[in-house]
Amino acid sequence: MVFVSRRDLKQNMPVSLTNSKLIFDALKECDIHLVSALPETWLVHLVRLTDEDPEMILVRLAKEEEGVGISAGAHFAGVKSAMLMQNHGFLASINGIVSFAHLYKIPLLMLISYRGSLGERDPWQTQGGNVTEPLLRALGIPHLFLDAVETVKKRIRQAQTLAESSLQPVALLLTRDLMWEE
Amino acid sequence: MLRLDCLRSVYAELENCLVVTIMGAVAAELHSLGHRPNFFYLQHAMGLASSTGLGLALCLPEQQVIVFDGDGSLLMNLGGLSTMARYRPKNLVHVVFDNESLLSVGGFPTATSTGTDLEGIARAAGVPRVATVRSVESFKVAVNEAAHGSELTTIIAKVEATGPAGYVTDLSLLENRFQFRRHIRSLQKR
Repeated sequence: MVFVSRRDLKQNMPVSLTNSKLIFDALKECDIHLVSALPETWLVHLVRLTDEDPEMILVRLAKEEEGVGISAGAHFAGVKSAMLMQNHGFLASINGIVSFAHLYKIPLLMLISYRGSLGERDPWQTQGGNVTEPLLRALGIPHLFLDAVETVKKRIRQAQTLAESSLQPVALLLTRDLMWEE
Repeated sequence: MLRLDCLRSVYAELENCLVVTIMGAVAAELHSLGHRPNFFYLQHAMGLASSTGLGLALCLPEQQVIVFDGDGSLLMNLGGLSTMARYRPKNLVHVVFDNESLLSVGGFPTATSTGTDLEGIARAAGVPRVATVRSVESFKVAVNEAAHGSELTTIIAKVEATGPAGYVTDLSLLENRFQFRRHIRSLQKR
């Protein structure tokens, strides 16, 4: 019998390292120096790349809503930040988004892995997939998909620009087409 | 011990710190002592004052940051305590006014009234220095030591469940927020 360590299992998952690197480089080009994150499968490379970069402050969270406060603190300090979360983490952050980011006009760049959408195999992700876009619309949060290699850099730049100019949360939905290689 | 007396005892020391408070009585009482541009009152989003202080402290390691939290708010974000402890910025002082009550909504008792021990939780979360204080003098000493010390400190201040008659101040939320940001920018230009 061959035992596979948990670490190896993670590395064998078909999460796109190339596209994670593309996203990470685009964040760096936007002068982002702090990233808060609660890991999930699609985000493993992004979290690791952030952790390994000495120019980045990585804040590993216990729950995603904390990231709203962390990003607000960073904004007050003049540091540009981004939040890495699953769409269920977005659901868990909504009070912070409304009663801090919206109430106080705090720019947030939210990179949300869009689990539970077409192609999803994990039954437990599917309900969150159904409500992600309706909730973004209900909250009036501008959002775009990150779904093609060619537009990743531009859309991250555009989202970051709008968040900073409008002083509000802006979301980018990381899609299966971009993050998953199978 | 009254929260207002605690705040008054350290008010002079706050001049050189970045201060983040929770909503309700803490915000109103600090404001009543005299607003300063380095005070930010988070008038909602319960639980996130400590996270905001953590973000500030990590991004501005040369600045002393003080968070005035409360038992109700901290109980809403106990996970945030573990995040604070994980990064343990030495320039962060985390004060928790524990009145065992959700005072601003009518004084409903929180779990600290039935034995939940916030000092124990903070210590077990990994906060390197923790203390519980029950007198204004010991509060003042604990805050000053923590502010001049070199470790993240959580101070639980047991206070009475009394507060001001009202919570709305004449400082609008956005005015406070932009002034606070501008104040930090002015520090960075020096």
